Amino acid sequence: MKGKHILRDNVLLGLSLALMIAALYMVFVYVPTEKHTGIVQRIFYFHVPVAWVAFLAFFITFIFSILYLWKREIKWDTIAHASAEVGVIFTTLVLITGPIWAKPVWGVWWTWDARLTTSLVLWLIYIAYLLVRSFATEPARGARFSAVIGIVGFIDVPIVFLTVNLWRTQHPTTMIFEDGLTTSMLMTLMVCIAAFTVLYVLLTVQSANLKSLETDVKLLRSTQAE
Amino acid sequence: MENLGYLLAAYTIIWVIVFGYVFFMQRKQRRLQQQIDALRKSLDE
Repeated sequence: MKGKHILRDNVLLGLSLALMIAALYMVFVYVPTEKHTGIVQRIFYFHVPVAWVAFLAFFITFIFSILYLWKREIKWDTIAHASAEVGVIFTTLVLITGPIWAKPVWGVWWTWDARLTTSLVLWLIYIAYLLVRSFATEPARGARFSAVIGIVGFIDVPIVFLTVNLWRTQHPTTMIFEDGLTTSMLMTLMVCIAAFTVLYVLLTVQSANLKSLETDVKLLRSTQAE
Repeated sequence: MENLGYLLAAYTIIWVIVFGYVFFMQRKQRRLQQQIDALRKSLDE
């Protein structure tokens, strides 16, 4: 079983490295510079996949939180927790790379428009998810409360996604995928999305393994105390 | 090459945070493994 896990981790690591090298080559060498916003547009190739991975991570948290509340099995909570943690890391990257792109293009680092504000709210919701767990007096209670946040908080994900089409915002709309990208730009974006999706799986698996190890330590401690 | 600094800053921050997270997990794993070994040893005694 352990050997199978090592093989799986090595395959994920190798695939992640290969895709990431391909993604970096395509972003910095292969894809042409966009004529309106210039070189800074290349941030888009990592900003969009990072946002996609954050949404995926919170979706996984949503599904496994439901499973945990239904079955009350710790393994489902472990996956939900690991995915939320990785989702927070990726949402942080979205909130950092977005303003770095916005400053030269919009002239400001931040503006309180619908997309940016709902993204910040999303980050705060999942920070609350992690804080509830760490401040809970009993692990089971923390898992239960955070599972509720993981389910209710997911409502913000489709809101973030739809803001650019529902309201007038400064943020580029999803229409860009229909008529604003050349074939090479679209191919680069797809490779970057694949690279970050594999990286997400790798990080979530590692994080879940760590959380299982933490549970083992607690179990051994309680055995020792008896 | 206007705005190259912004591009480099964005990509550098992404990698610093990702590697920082991996480093954090590695340290945590090492610490937990040490705790498990110490606990197993004390349970065997």
